[in-house]
Amino acid sequence: MAEASRKMQVSDEVAIQITGMNKWYGQFHVLRDINMTVNRGERIVICGPSGSGKSTLIRCINRLEEHQQGQIIVDGTELTSDLKNIDKVRSEVGMVFQHFNLFPHLTILENLTLAPIWVRKTPRKEAEEVAMHYLSKVKIPEQAHKYPGQLSGGQQQRVAIARSLCMKPRIMLFDEPTSALDPEMIKEVLDTMIELAEEGMTMLCVTHEMGFAQAVANRVIFMDQGQIVEQNEPKEFFNNPQSERTKLFLSQILGH
Amino acid sequence: MSDTSFIRTEMLPAKTPPVGQRGVVKWLRENLFAGPMNTILTLLGLIAVYYLLAWSVPWVMRGIWDADTLQDCRRLTIERYGEGASVACWAMISERWHQFMFGFYPQDLYWRPVLAFGLLFAALAPVLYYGERRTNLKLIGAVAVLTLVFMGETWKLADIAPKATPALASNSSLVIGFAVALFGLLLATAAAAPRKLTWFTAIYPLLGFFLLWGGSVWGPLGVAMGFAILGIVFVLLQGRLGVVVAAGAGVLVAAIWWLGVQTVATTALHSAMPMGLYSVNSDVFGGFLLSFVIGVSAISMSLPIGILLALGRRSDMILVKTLSVGFIEFVRGVPLITMLFTASLLLQYFLPPRSNFDLILRVIILVTLFASAYIAEVIRGGLAALPRGQYEAADALGLDYWQAQRLIVMPQALKIAIPGIVSSFIGLFKDTTLVALVGLADPLTGITRIVRADINWKNIYWEPYVFVGAIFFAVCFGMSRYSMYLEKKLKTDHR
Repeated sequence: MAEASRKMQVSDEVAIQITGMNKWYGQFHVLRDINMTVNRGERIVICGPSGSGKSTLIRCINRLEEHQQGQIIVDGTELTSDLKNIDKVRSEVGMVFQHFNLFPHLTILENLTLAPIWVRKTPRKEAEEVAMHYLSKVKIPEQAHKYPGQLSGGQQQRVAIARSLCMKPRIMLFDEPTSALDPEMIKEVLDTMIELAEEGMTMLCVTHEMGFAQAVANRVIFMDQGQIVEQNEPKEFFNNPQSERTKLFLSQILGH
Repeated sequence: MSDTSFIRTEMLPAKTPPVGQRGVVKWLRENLFAGPMNTILTLLGLIAVYYLLAWSVPWVMRGIWDADTLQDCRRLTIERYGEGASVACWAMISERWHQFMFGFYPQDLYWRPVLAFGLLFAALAPVLYYGERRTNLKLIGAVAVLTLVFMGETWKLADIAPKATPALASNSSLVIGFAVALFGLLLATAAAAPRKLTWFTAIYPLLGFFLLWGGSVWGPLGVAMGFAILGIVFVLLQGRLGVVVAAGAGVLVAAIWWLGVQTVATTALHSAMPMGLYSVNSDVFGGFLLSFVIGVSAISMSLPIGILLALGRRSDMILVKTLSVGFIEFVRGVPLITMLFTASLLLQYFLPPRSNFDLILRVIILVTLFASAYIAEVIRGGLAALPRGQYEAADALGLDYWQAQRLIVMPQALKIAIPGIVSSFIGLFKDTTLVALVGLADPLTGITRIVRADINWKNIYWEPYVFVGAIFFAVCFGMSRYSMYLEKKLKTDHR
């Protein structure tokens, strides 16, 4: 792993810039004054107790959730209510969900080629070649003509990752990608994600897989009550947490 | 060795279940003879079925086919089966079936509804059996043969060669030649490029209209021209103005064509080059011809309108949402009969004077609107059943609203809604008999009343209803079976 991490260079180029961002659900203040800069090539793990707003935060980055105050700039495009900007950002940012969200009425191959064909206007043949390339990369090319319902959870999540990659995204968001999986399948998904990190993908990952955080993350962010409580390099974060809240959280999840 | 420790050295192979726990024996035991009560109910059920069949089967099977009047029927019954026997008098049907089918449509033109009905299946095949080349071929082939046979039969009935206006269809051989060529073309398309068949589906409404109502060939072509204009405007503007605005502009330009320019253009063309079929008036339409015209048009138009209404009801745009909700709730709150009376009486007041808007057309429009409100609610149920994650995944991949609806949301929502949609359609088809109330000759009330007005069949009671009911049942059962086939075909979850 040490050799791999040397390849994982972080550049100075800014990929995502969030300044003074606030979000409310009705009266409930879910995200409070979020300030955050993500450079190209960074692998960030976001953790925190449930309800802390970590999923909401990354869902704001591709505008699945709307923010009410502040600024989010992704790849130089500011997210406003302008649909053109939203579509532009969404086609540059891939997202992997907790419950995979594959399209059950389409085959695996159709799931992968749908967006390239309709959004990128790629010719079908070319889109299928790209799809097969990424399916081989997540090690399930033989499942191309099956339906999502015929695959195991781990396989479905790897398909979901491949589906995002087919759009050639510059940033990948992961929203608890392994939380709905059996223990035996978590590893195969994490391996795929580690491989992706080693290729220099900019990644934001909401997860409780602390092993993954230690192996590939260059920064860990801890959130509670809608705000960023602590962020640090993984080594420092785990060995020497500063805030009381972080210490408590880490003792809860690492305690047993 | 302690009880808590156990190590399996060999894995067990799978075995078949024991005899009596599998196959027919298990099924019988579980479903028919599970206990004393269950056994008694099974036996009582069998007895009830026996008596029902013992009473009805002879009535149907021993029915009299070869009589001229009801009195004749009664006499033959006593002669053949003795005093007090009760059998059906099917002779009425063999004499009057054509009225049940076509109403008062001119007998020498029966070939036109027959051909239109046959072509209907050719138009539906590529939609109902999308991508299934062999089914399409078989269906269209069978329909071609049956249609040609029936066209021949109806000519024998009329006992004269078909009449027609100059130029087109001046004799039966020309008509048969046209039908054979058309079916041949359709079969060739189904064999070579089945997806191209949907082109025929697209032009069928106008072709069917032309065959049934006749008139100048330029009329339907003018209407088709309007759709072409709509399409061109939409394609030209879509990139710049978005789907909704482009569609609106297209409809506007097409409406200008239809209402303003078309009549002038088609009249000019017709006087320059008169071509067409004998014009047939709406008031002679009747029987199942009428039911199918209303039913098929309303079914095929209410689905797209229903989809738009369902989307409108879930829209974020407050005006669109309010209008959709208002329309749906209003239409669902008003009985269909009220709307039919509106169609036959009130609508005329709102239209410009001297515009003679055809009664059947008015009924079709209102039945369509009525059905689309119900369809919209059924589809909304399907939309609500779709997990949020599907919308989110479509958004996250960068699909726009209409792409997401068309490629992700609708295929799944419609699949969920199939049983509801089909039962709405079945209800709609049966409701076409209500047009009797506005003076149209539907098969159930209208034609039966006409038949019973004949002195020869004055007191006949059960037979027309059984006959009409059987045909309705066959059609509705067909729709129901098709929906089950479709559900099975679209099942991809493999649970």
